[in-house]
Amino acid sequence: MLATIDLEGLGLEEGAHLLIQRALDPLPVGAGVEVQGRHPALAVHVAAWARARGHGVDLDGVAPVVTKGTAHDARWRSAERAGGPGASGVVERAPARWGLAARGALVEAGGPPLNADLVEREVVWSDLAPKLYAQAAAGQWDPAKAIDWEDPFELEQDVEAAVVQVMTYLIENEQAALVVPARFVARLHPHFREVMQLLAIQVADEARHIEVFTRRGLLRTGELGTSGAGGRASLQTLVDEADFSLGSFLLSVLGEGSFLNLLSFLERHAPDPVTRRVAHLALQDEARHVAFGVGHLERSVKADPSLRGRLRLAMERRHTALSDTAGLNEEVFDSLVILAAGAWTPEAIATGWAKVQTLQDEMDEGRRRRLGRLGFPPGEAADLSALHTKNFM
Amino acid sequence: MSGDDELVMGAVAYDPKVITIWDGFRAWFREQGFEFDYVLYSNYERQVEELVDGRVHVAWNSPLAWVRARRLAEAQGRTVRAMAMRDTDCDLSSVVAVRSDSGLRSIADLKGRVVATGAVDSPQATLLPLSLLRAEGLQPGRDIEVRRFDVGVGLHGDHIGGERDAARALAAGEVDAACMIDTNHLLFSREGTLAAGSTTVLAQTGRYDHCNMTIGPNAPDAKVNRFAELLSNMSYEDDAVRPLLDLEGLKQWRDGRTDGYEQLENAVDDAGFYDAQGGISARDYRP
Repeated sequence: MLATIDLEGLGLEEGAHLLIQRALDPLPVGAGVEVQGRHPALAVHVAAWARARGHGVDLDGVAPVVTKGTAHDARWRSAERAGGPGASGVVERAPARWGLAARGALVEAGGPPLNADLVEREVVWSDLAPKLYAQAAAGQWDPAKAIDWEDPFELEQDVEAAVVQVMTYLIENEQAALVVPARFVARLHPHFREVMQLLAIQVADEARHIEVFTRRGLLRTGELGTSGAGGRASLQTLVDEADFSLGSFLLSVLGEGSFLNLLSFLERHAPDPVTRRVAHLALQDEARHVAFGVGHLERSVKADPSLRGRLRLAMERRHTALSDTAGLNEEVFDSLVILAAGAWTPEAIATGWAKVQTLQDEMDEGRRRRLGRLGFPPGEAADLSALHTKNFM
Repeated sequence: MSGDDELVMGAVAYDPKVITIWDGFRAWFREQGFEFDYVLYSNYERQVEELVDGRVHVAWNSPLAWVRARRLAEAQGRTVRAMAMRDTDCDLSSVVAVRSDSGLRSIADLKGRVVATGAVDSPQATLLPLSLLRAEGLQPGRDIEVRRFDVGVGLHGDHIGGERDAARALAAGEVDAACMIDTNHLLFSREGTLAAGSTTVLAQTGRYDHCNMTIGPNAPDAKVNRFAELLSNMSYEDDAVRPLLDLEGLKQWRDGRTDGYEQLENAVDDAGFYDAQGGISARDYRP
């Protein structure tokens, strides 16, 4: 028996095609639906609509009869699911043909292949990514509200200058830390959705860090400090690293890992509440970045122990590349001492100096611990940590 | 014509997508081992003349171009034939729409009124609907005033602009009726050029066919046969050709037929658009 649908007064220019299509969907190709209705142009429009969609139409009866065509089924015959929607649906190698489709979507064949080269689960995935992304999304803070920019403080002019110099240094480091994941996210197959989201939020984190460090730098004097060529050379080697695992190792495990100590140092020793607060907020975000880098590389090294050799080579290569540069801007180092000293007495300077020595020891210890998590024996971890850039990041 | 191995097709460049479509089909044909190339024309009249003269083997023709090709060829003792057409070329109709609140109820009510059409050479939006009105006793220029929207003259109505302008004029109350293909009445109503329900179909032509792949008199049979075979092999399941089929507006190629052009042959004669030998006799037509 012929299926029937009554559109009542609804026209195809107002969405009636949805009802016709819904009536056709369960039917086999070649089966028909009689389309009843009161719209004055019903027959004209049903014929035009059916023709454009590859359905047949019979206008000889009282009401038009649409016969289901093959086009819809043909379009989807070779479609495939792009893995599964959850983290368990991540495939070993995401095909370029899935393009920008959502993970788990039914993907029509055809369309432009994705131009992405980070497509292997082993290279990019970390089981921590979904959890870290959720934490990152929940932990976003508003620079305008999270910091009391009016919090009163008085600093000697040259202590303020030291703070400004450290902020200037932090800005250029965070700019490198923004560019590196931004470049990787553009090369990453979005099938690894949570990694993509995490990298994107990492970029957004760095954008906020750049904002608050700039704002604190300009807060009193309206001017920033210096940017040394050696520091920039060190950062450039991070930006130039094209390999995702090596880039993640140099930036997140070693660079941002060392920055955890630096930001913690500023949180404890900075001479004013605004600097302490911006360091505190940035520290929370950076801890996530380090956790992802370490988690991702722990997994990669387990799957491919030969990766450790490449990580070591990357450190050595970077060390060699930087051997002719000054490393840390001298003004930055001195500024950290002054900032930690808080005053210009010999005793205060001695204290500041000692604190910066402790900071460097803590950085070294942190790097050795993280290298240990990646399976480097203690002796090798110590040797490698010593090769890390004097620029900290 | 370069390359004896190639089948060369003419197509009219009515839209930039024509290049995408035929570049894509050419690549697909070549992957099937079939040497194929195409030539673009700025209007159908030159394409038809060159087809009949044998400068191209085949031409992707509008229905009006088919009518002229047939007349020209026959006048010269030659033969053209319609080899293939799109599924969407079969059984179309055109409508004469009026505003629903106009009080116009029949074709006779249009006497003394202004009727908007598409371009002078549009089969669907000018020649066929005006022929319908003539058959009902309304002579353009005498019984009705025709307001023509000449967009893309020479493209035989492939450019939608004339029909859309006619529809806009109807919506704006500048004309009493507008002529368009059924698909565009639905399209204009959906996109809001004509507010939903604001217009009524006063008259509808009989069913007619649209474009066809016309085989010229000099086309080598073996190549034409292979061409026909490949067109019919194009499957909507094939993701390499599906986007091109979507762009060209079809789901599958069908065998050509010519009985769907009878109305247009009559309309061309009614309007004095071409003479029986395929000469252009419309005075105000300059492609």
